Amino acid sequence: MNRRLFAAHSALLLIVASITGKAVLADPVDDSLQIDGTEIITRAPAPEGLPFDQVLSGWLFREAETRATEADSFANPGMLAVERGAEIWNTVEGTMGKSCASCHQDAAKTMKDVGAHYPKWDAASGKPLNVELRINKCRVDNMGAEPYKFDDPNQLALTSYIKHQSLGTPVGIDLSQGQMQSWWDRGKELYYTRTGQLNLACASCHEGATGKYIRADHLSQGQVNGFPTYRFNTAGMVSLHNRFRGCIRDTRAEMPAAFSDELMALEVYVTWRGTGLSVETPSVRQ
Amino acid sequence: MATTPKPRVRVPKSAAAGEVIVLKTLISHEMESGQRKDKDGKTIPRKIINKFTCEFNGQPVFSCDLDPAISANPYFEFSAKVTESGTFKLTWVDDDGSVYTDEQKIEVA
Amino acid sequence: MTFTRRRMLVLAAGAAAIPILPLAPIPAFASAEEAAKLMADFAAGKEAVAGKLKLTAPEIAENGNTVPITVDVDSKMEGDDLVQSIVIFADGNPRPEVATFHFTALSGTAAATTRMRLAKTQNVIAMAKMSDGTVYMDKKEVKVTIGGCGG
Repeated sequence: MNRRLFAAHSALLLIVASITGKAVLADPVDDSLQIDGTEIITRAPAPEGLPFDQVLSGWLFREAETRATEADSFANPGMLAVERGAEIWNTVEGTMGKSCASCHQDAAKTMKDVGAHYPKWDAASGKPLNVELRINKCRVDNMGAEPYKFDDPNQLALTSYIKHQSLGTPVGIDLSQGQMQSWWDRGKELYYTRTGQLNLACASCHEGATGKYIRADHLSQGQVNGFPTYRFNTAGMVSLHNRFRGCIRDTRAEMPAAFSDELMALEVYVTWRGTGLSVETPSVRQ
Repeated sequence: MATTPKPRVRVPKSAAAGEVIVLKTLISHEMESGQRKDKDGKTIPRKIINKFTCEFNGQPVFSCDLDPAISANPYFEFSAKVTESGTFKLTWVDDDGSVYTDEQKIEVA
Repeated sequence: MTFTRRRMLVLAAGAAAIPILPLAPIPAFASAEEAAKLMADFAAGKEAVAGKLKLTAPEIAENGNTVPITVDVDSKMEGDDLVQSIVIFADGNPRPEVATFHFTALSGTAAATTRMRLAKTQNVIAMAKMSDGTVYMDKKEVKVTIGGCGG
């Protein structure tokens, strides 16, 4: 038996085991999360239209040591990226001689809660912008600087820093602005569309099999409230669009480009699915 | 992160004389193990932090020799018994000879 | 939510497509004998005894790249009751050495926490040497699972 076949076989056994018996192992934990005294909402009533009663943070699906690392903002290596982001915030770049702070001053005040409400409709661009795209637009339009390339370490750091200013704030995006609703519709369609040689939709794992095991991974609802997230796997920050692309790759499908219309629509829809969960950036995952 | 390794250190600002306090340290570093290969099949050379030391007022408190099996962004938690006010000096030594340091003061009453 | 046979097959196939843990394709793993030799060197002729040294590690590591471990020796850390050093080995990694902690009376306690890499399921071994040469030992098997999602 080759390695792949063997893996498929073990995965099947695992899934069968998780379905037939040990339901206890598959449940999200009954635990609560505080970070530096801030209460983090890890369970919230599901927005109308979802087949869940509650939306659940991925934190509840992780093992004790992973949860503990996120709960301690000092032990959380994602905070290295946040601190790097603070440096970038105050660094002058571009032809106009400005830093983020030149216009936005103290991020602790001006960016407080901002990240919890992205993606946001941008009339000038005629599409929703996430934090990464908003930063790039600011760099080009207001700083005369080059936009960051996807997953530039500075993009990850600055995005993490800005989102971290919303730590604890419930996620909530405004679908009434511009054409947000139609982007949400498109994102929903993508979420339920099976794709790739393995014929999997997002929903196959994160709605239909939440709480079950895929090989040794405990499947969460696939919530995005903690991105960018620090992963033990890569010992670095992982952006949401990197994670989207990774999931899609695992279905053996063609990967849409980061920040493409498809993935932006998916971000709008999946962010809505986590309405009411606190921003956890930088969350810690396996 | 490819930027210069930057230490983070957490030490209490004050303590009672004779108290045992907990120190936490974290430093950004990829801890390249020397076991990995790049896309062309060539071994990526080892580059790790191989030594960490903590001194208080010039006296050794705790140290660690690190091997490549220590995770990226090395994290240490350890203790110190403080009997007087003073300064902790923390030092990380890189394979390439670079030395990263941090100092933290503590008031002991 | 019920699972049809087809759904299960699809999920199982999905798992099979996922890349193997990045640490896995390593040519030669240290033999357990090599770890045993290093342990004997550290003990320097003394018999390592269980009891005073406690090694804490997860039974199942969620990711082998980052596994938290804590060592703690029941010691007054003064006079004759002083821990000099604690060494950590992993008997299934490419090299068994992980770290050596050195303590002094100023340490207050002989306890330390760090995070380590485990290439596969294996034993993590901690040994402590007291100032009088006494050697204590503790050992934990940590299971390293292969995740479903390459990320």
